Amino acid sequence: MEKSAENKIIQDLLPQEFGKQGKIWVIGLLAICALGAFAYGRQLYYGLEVTGLRDYVSWGIYISNFVFFVAISLVGSLITAVLRLTNVHWSTPLTRIAEIIAVSAITFASLIIIVDMGRPERFYNLFLHGRLQSPIIWDVIVITTYFFISLLLLYFPLLPDLKIMIAFKERNGKWLQKLYEFLGSFWKNKPEQFKITDKAINILSISIIPVAFAIHTVTSWLFATTYRPGWDSTNFGAYFISGAFLVGSGGVLIAMYIFRTHYKLEKYITNDHFDRMGKVVVLLALLYLYFNVNEFLVPAFKMKKSEEEHLLGLFTGEFAPVFWFAIFTAMIIPIGILLFKKGRRPKAAFVAGILVVVGSWFKRYLIVTPTLLHPFLPMHDVPANYKHYFPSWEEWAIAGGSLAGALLVITFFARIFPIIPIHETIIETESNENK
Amino acid sequence: MKTNDNSRREFLAASLLAGAALAGCSNKSPFTPEEVADIKPSGEMVKLLSVDGEIIEVDKAFLKPVPEMPTVTNDEARIGIPGKKFAMVIDLSRCKNLKKCQSACNHMHHIHPGQNWIKVYPMQEADHTAPYWQPTTCMHCDEPPCVKVCPVDATFKRKDGAVLIDSDRCVGCRFCMAACPYSTRVFNWEEPKVEKEVAALSYNCETSVPQKKGTVGKCDFCPDMVRQGSLPHCVSACPNGVFFFGDILEDSVTNGSETFRFSDLIKDKAGYRLMEDLGTKPSVYYLPPVNRNFPFENHEAEEKKD
Repeated sequence: MEKSAENKIIQDLLPQEFGKQGKIWVIGLLAICALGAFAYGRQLYYGLEVTGLRDYVSWGIYISNFVFFVAISLVGSLITAVLRLTNVHWSTPLTRIAEIIAVSAITFASLIIIVDMGRPERFYNLFLHGRLQSPIIWDVIVITTYFFISLLLLYFPLLPDLKIMIAFKERNGKWLQKLYEFLGSFWKNKPEQFKITDKAINILSISIIPVAFAIHTVTSWLFATTYRPGWDSTNFGAYFISGAFLVGSGGVLIAMYIFRTHYKLEKYITNDHFDRMGKVVVLLALLYLYFNVNEFLVPAFKMKKSEEEHLLGLFTGEFAPVFWFAIFTAMIIPIGILLFKKGRRPKAAFVAGILVVVGSWFKRYLIVTPTLLHPFLPMHDVPANYKHYFPSWEEWAIAGGSLAGALLVITFFARIFPIIPIHETIIETESNENK
Repeated sequence: MKTNDNSRREFLAASLLAGAALAGCSNKSPFTPEEVADIKPSGEMVKLLSVDGEIIEVDKAFLKPVPEMPTVTNDEARIGIPGKKFAMVIDLSRCKNLKKCQSACNHMHHIHPGQNWIKVYPMQEADHTAPYWQPTTCMHCDEPPCVKVCPVDATFKRKDGAVLIDSDRCVGCRFCMAACPYSTRVFNWEEPKVEKEVAALSYNCETSVPQKKGTVGKCDFCPDMVRQGSLPHCVSACPNGVFFFGDILEDSVTNGSETFRFSDLIKDKAGYRLMEDLGTKPSVYYLPPVNRNFPFENHEAEEKKD
């Protein structure tokens, strides 16, 4: 490949400073985070009293947010590992986007679970007195593992890019230069180094798949290991994982569109990428729909007494608007859009991605809360406000703050590192030219 | 153990006549020579009932109040009372929703206002089946789902059957609340409203006092009372004798005034347990609401309609 073409790629893909839009975006997110932090301060001081949670609905939007974060983080393993191991090359420019979504989401999943704890200052008890038979401990173990594997999968492919960036000393400024040198000054583009990292990435790609399945299966078991109607289901692991791949891929569609338009990356994130990613989302949405049919239709056919109230609440009762909204926005409408070639063009696919992610968030809410409102024994001998749940402003602020925080991590990452892998793009372009 | 034990101490003071028996609760006998040495007999004699059931006379000067009950250590509280396996029998035919059990329990455990460890449910299985009152305590399951899911061993199962909570260890994840099919667990969403003296006590798994912000609480079968040879608060508070408490190994249960052979009672009255199909194996048995002492009157529902 000619040197000028290579330089063009590098110039196009180097991280850029925030423009006006970028600054407004960051300030907005920071403001939401600050509000969330303030609300959490109140929660620490007054206790979980400030939430809408009570004895019956003891898990609310914190836990649904946790499930959502764990779900969306699974896409890292799908794009980097599954597609990589199956020798799919078109997804190369998307790997870093998927991996940073994974890392930031899993980070905030851990944070939000601490937010949900009544005694967060006793977190160390999980290590001091941890009991291996509790699914929570399984979750702690697999989430930590997943976090570190994801971090390494983000870091190793970054090394050749760091070398490229270190060369732009003046452009980087002082502290970024220091950061790049700290992270990657040992990288000399030697063949042995490539050999080692390639091998390492392969091992990580293989090992992240079972770990990714484990994090979301175990998360589903937090519910499925209880007796409650709506949770007591052997379908839950597969149901959660298919939903997780769906929401993650929806997230990637959104991120692709935003990075492409904002950083003018049309040459790198092409219409073809949207087309293929759109097809992936259709497949996953159909899969998730299939598990939904299993999850709701089978118990609804029998209408066991314990399940009846819960199911009717979802189909036609109190939760029906949210339930049908989630089913349609997370699955049916995106399938309708993305099944058609026109629907897989960037803008339409972007809209479909937003629908998937928003619908999926509400879907997680429906998995957690309605079940808790239908205990085996009727709700009785409790204050009246214990029989309903609506999140308080503090809960919204904290949940919103965590979402904003995850977006901030992704934003800053894209500011500091090339969001499209430079080195790999050069290699791919070369090999395409040679063909 | 101050405020918590006010009524206990009143009870103890009233039963000072059993002083000789009570002296056995302390490791040191009040009659050991070195202690007696400083005390001069007053000449005023008091009649007491000895442990053997004999009436004895003791000089008043030698009487002294029973010392504080030694509290059990956390390790002991986690093991339980040796040689015991507690069970409760709740006779539904005797319950008329007086809720004396509930108020006694709330009072003695200093539960945050509005919350209840004992709930009395108006139950009706189907349209044409008979309604009845069903008091529920913690079921103290032999296969406790709550204990299985606790990540830090804050809630635990003892050898004597009780399922207790260590509020000093609980991290407040509320997984146990989701896991319990009997909705028996309550959470301290805010700083529990209790008297200062109670709040200042150090937590004890056997008294479950004081409740702590950000942790889970529930019925504990009152092992502190059992250790003293007394009955749980709900049992002694119920004027209708609904609750029977006892030891399966001794095969006897009592509500204070009546005592039954546990196995006979369950056999004769067709005792059952709640949600047997879940496999939780509760320690609480119910006697069906047949030949009732009271008609079912649900004033709560009427009030709601008004």
